[in-house]
Amino acid sequence: MRLRYAFWEIITMNDDKNKKSIQDKLANIKYNCDSKSHLILDQEKCKNCKEKTCTFICPANVYEYNEQLDEITVVYENCLECGACKLVCEKKSIEWHWPKASCGVVFKNS
Amino acid sequence: MDKIINNVDCIVIGAGPSGIAAAITVARSGKKVILIDRSEYPGSKNMYGGAVYKRALEELFCDDIQNMPYERIINDHTWAFLNDEGVFNISYNNPADSNAFAIKRFDLDSWMVNIAKKEGVYYIPSTLVTSLIIKDKKVVGIKTELEEYFAPVTIIANGANTILLGQAGLRKKDLEPKDVILTIKETLKLDKKTIEDRFNLKEDGTTGKNMLFFGSDFGNLKQYNNLFMMTFLFTFKDTIMLGVGCNLEDLKKNKLNINYILDEVKKHPVISQLIKDTKSIEYSAHIIPEGGFYDMPKLVSDGVMVAGDAAGFINGVHFEGTNFALISGKLAGETALDAIEKNDFSKNMLNNYIKRLEKSFIFKDLYTYRNVINLLHKRANSISVYYPNKIKEFFEIITGANNISKSQQYRKFLTNFIKERNILELFKDAFCALRCALDMLFGK
Ligand SMILES: Cc1cc2nc3c(=O)[nH]c(=O)nc-3n(C[C@H](O)[C@H](O)[C@H](O)COP(=O)(O)OP(=O)(O)OC[C@H]3O[C@@H](n4cnc5c(N)ncnc54)[C@H](O)[C@@H]3O)c2cc1C
Ligand code: SF4
Ligand code: SF4
Repeated sequence: MRLRYAFWEIITMNDDKNKKSIQDKLANIKYNCDSKSHLILDQEKCKNCKEKTCTFICPANVYEYNEQLDEITVVYENCLECGACKLVCEKKSIEWHWPKASCGVVFKNS
Repeated sequence: MDKIINNVDCIVIGAGPSGIAAAITVARSGKKVILIDRSEYPGSKNMYGGAVYKRALEELFCDDIQNMPYERIINDHTWAFLNDEGVFNISYNNPADSNAFAIKRFDLDSWMVNIAKKEGVYYIPSTLVTSLIIKDKKVVGIKTELEEYFAPVTIIANGANTILLGQAGLRKKDLEPKDVILTIKETLKLDKKTIEDRFNLKEDGTTGKNMLFFGSDFGNLKQYNNLFMMTFLFTFKDTIMLGVGCNLEDLKKNKLNINYILDEVKKHPVISQLIKDTKSIEYSAHIIPEGGFYDMPKLVSDGVMVAGDAAGFINGVHFEGTNFALISGKLAGETALDAIEKNDFSKNMLNNYIKRLEKSFIFKDLYTYRNVINLLHKRANSISVYYPNKIKEFFEIITGANNISKSQQYRKFLTNFIKERNILELFKDAFCALRCALDMLFGK
């Protein structure tokens, strides 16, 4: 039992570190933020989703599970527009749009 | 905007290499063509590894490429296997060679768009195409957020994300995670002189390094033994591009975030030395469709063709994509011109695009590599874990003067090799290697 707890501890620690690392990297990027989200979730589908794949796949950590509300929060402002979340969501809950023209991420050095 | 540009001869969606090539080809024959992109500045939505290839550029831009604002010529190539502490690599370096250029997408796309404008392409930035206009099953135009544009032929060149194709029925199923590589990259700033000293490069930019690393059996990644991943590094003028790609299905299965992989890679003893003292200035992400030959969308339909990444034209094994994009765009442009000439925009007529592709290296290479990625993915453990470790053991014998007779050590190495590795696995590795080799030799 103790062992399992320790293992879980390591995972969450790594997870937090990774989130922090992503935050630091996002801080270097320029965005033109839209006032509306270009990513729309069907929260009902998400409630029944065990894997919550979107919450760990996204390279910008856009999706987070809010246990209290039993909802996924979507920090669409951080999106890098790669499209991976839509492809891994088995419940097809994500209605994926491009951000409005001139909104979203702006790469200058990639 | 005036009515004239809302009715044109040809519409091109997406100003990446494929769209630009298509639009230029059409404009050169004096036809009216619009090139629409959602970004405010060319290239500002795009990322890639880091090098474009001369042959494809020459075919479109001829002598103009002397003015391309590249940062370094890439002519020092390394392929490497990382183990937990070190690296085994093979390099090929030819300082006289000038076939690949390191250039950022922002600079590359801006340069190409400027040429396109000079050649008569009507470039429309900051405009998102939201859907195709389809009448009687023919694509007759496009809708943007604000207005509509009409043309008898449309070329879809808007990259790997397939939303538009799905809408037009050109793609029945979305890309599957197993056919997709998710990549991220960091642009790492370091002063020019230090980069040149560290990578042994010339000051004048006529030499540059590209490194590809396999292997995942190091740091915290050791707990995963089946990751199909690749690390790449390109030297630019005063930046180093460091990125990783990993199969999306593998990430999903292992509940793994790709940034976690990149951070582990950055801690590897060999990589960490290469990127020492750098400052991260940009972080980007993109998907690479790797379904290749077996996962292409419908490439033509009435009034429409698909080029570049949107069509899945990419060779992930060799980091070739922009060349596939440029040439497929050009071929789509040529087909559009034929269609305009004959005033026939039917699927039948546009099928000439596929005929042209079949004659080009694009279909030939896609065919040759049709099984390779899949085979390599199935042997992920061999490539990422088992062989990198065996290589390490082997070199420890060769380099470690450890007072044990060499012959004794070689024998032990060989017996271990056969004992440890289940015969079936060895057989599968050999089969995979043989299949790949045969495909290469007897491809098209
Ligand atoms: C990490 C990584 C490394 C790579 N490294 C290399 C390399 O070193 N060398 C190489 O040759 N290739 C490389 N490639 C592949 C190469 O980048 C692509 O094959 C190539 O860019 C494809 O060109 P494209 O014109 O088809 O699409 P893109 O370059 O993706 O261009 C698509 C354009 O369409 C626009 N667009 C998209 N949707 C819309 C819409 N709805 N409305 C309006 N505009 C839209 C986008 O803004 C974009 O400008 C790499 C790819 C990745 C992901
Ligand atoms: S978006 Fe998809 S993966 Fe994420 S919680 Fe909802 S259903 Fe699950
Ligand atoms: S598109 Fe990419 S960056 Fe944006 S939310 Fe989806 S996975 Fe995250």
